[in-house]
Amino acid sequence: MSRLYLARNPKVAARSIGGEMMIMSGHDSTLFTLNQTAAILWQSADGSTPLDEIVDRRICAEFDVDRSEALQDAESLARELAGHQILQLSEAPIPQPAGHYAAKPAGPTGGSR
Amino acid sequence: MSELTTEVERLSLVIEIGGMPVRVNTTEPSFLAMLQNRYAGYVTGSQPAEIDFDIELIRPSGVEPDADVSVTQRNGRWTLTRGDFRAEWSPASRSGWIRQSANPYSIDAVLRIVHTLVLARQGGFLMHSASAIRNGEAFLFAGVSGAGKTTISRLAPSDATLLTDEISYVRKQRDGYIAYGTPFTGELAKLGENVSAPIAAVYLLAKGPENRIDPIDPGEAARSILANVLFFAEDEELVQSIFHSAFEFVSRVPVLRLTFVPDARVWELIG
Repeated sequence: MSRLYLARNPKVAARSIGGEMMIMSGHDSTLFTLNQTAAILWQSADGSTPLDEIVDRRICAEFDVDRSEALQDAESLARELAGHQILQLSEAPIPQPAGHYAAKPAGPTGGSR
Repeated sequence: MSELTTEVERLSLVIEIGGMPVRVNTTEPSFLAMLQNRYAGYVTGSQPAEIDFDIELIRPSGVEPDADVSVTQRNGRWTLTRGDFRAEWSPASRSGWIRQSANPYSIDAVLRIVHTLVLARQGGFLMHSASAIRNGEAFLFAGVSGAGKTTISRLAPSDATLLTDEISYVRKQRDGYIAYGTPFTGELAKLGENVSAPIAAVYLLAKGPENRIDPIDPGEAARSILANVLFFAEDEELVQSIFHSAFEFVSRVPVLRLTFVPDARVWELIG
């Protein structure tokens, strides 16, 4: 089974405020407030960590969830975010510019779009 | 030998909104007179302007002015179009032109758009809100249509100076934000005073059974500001600038919920 790699769209602006992660598409100015899982995917989308590892390290390790179900939900969510041009998805690692993934504000929680 | 050309007198006025003078050039005296009336209080002398627009007047097209706006940039030149006007503007040359019929609505829209573009690079924005100055500080009142912007403007006491009942002008300063008066009116149809003051707070309006002010969480504050910022350009870089500007703004200016009964006592809570 192929692995799925995630990278942030560099044309998306992101901010963490009051425990919420918000992002805005530069493409169509749509504002999104990421829920907890979406925020984990966004934070972990470094182009080199496959989705199954993100699920193992950031979702299964922190929440009491079934792994296969969590992976399925995470992939579905990742594809939805890609549909909004928030994430880039690939079955191969996605090269990133040096220093692109410097430390970001952490701790997103909260609602949905 | 007879003259083949006739020199046409070029008429100009400068409209200064938010401290940014824009010169408008036309050859039509009646259009100039209309602008002087429309922007009374915002028309200044003939000092140098930051932008020069030549107006080309055409016959009315019959297209509704609320048709979709398109604002795009190519090779450093902005193109602004709507059913009732077309305009181009080059920030580098600080000049442009507007093709429209002799009406006040088209140039009003162009001015709003140009100000949003200039402000976006400076950390400021136009915001869908009423605003007023009281005791030397500016207060903004934001909300969806019907939330009470016109009502709160109409209820303003005599010691409050109305800056606008519809579109507030927010400019970033080194240590805060300044609100300027605008000629952009809503239902009240009254031009704001052409003055400015530091912004003390933004109130999100809601009508209710009592007058009260409540805090809101930072996320809701940011969402509310972004929902009310006016921005028209299809430009990823500027969209990102506006996004970050909204967060900078809420980190410095209190954003609160103002629930009010629609009578003058609400102003006892303000300023």
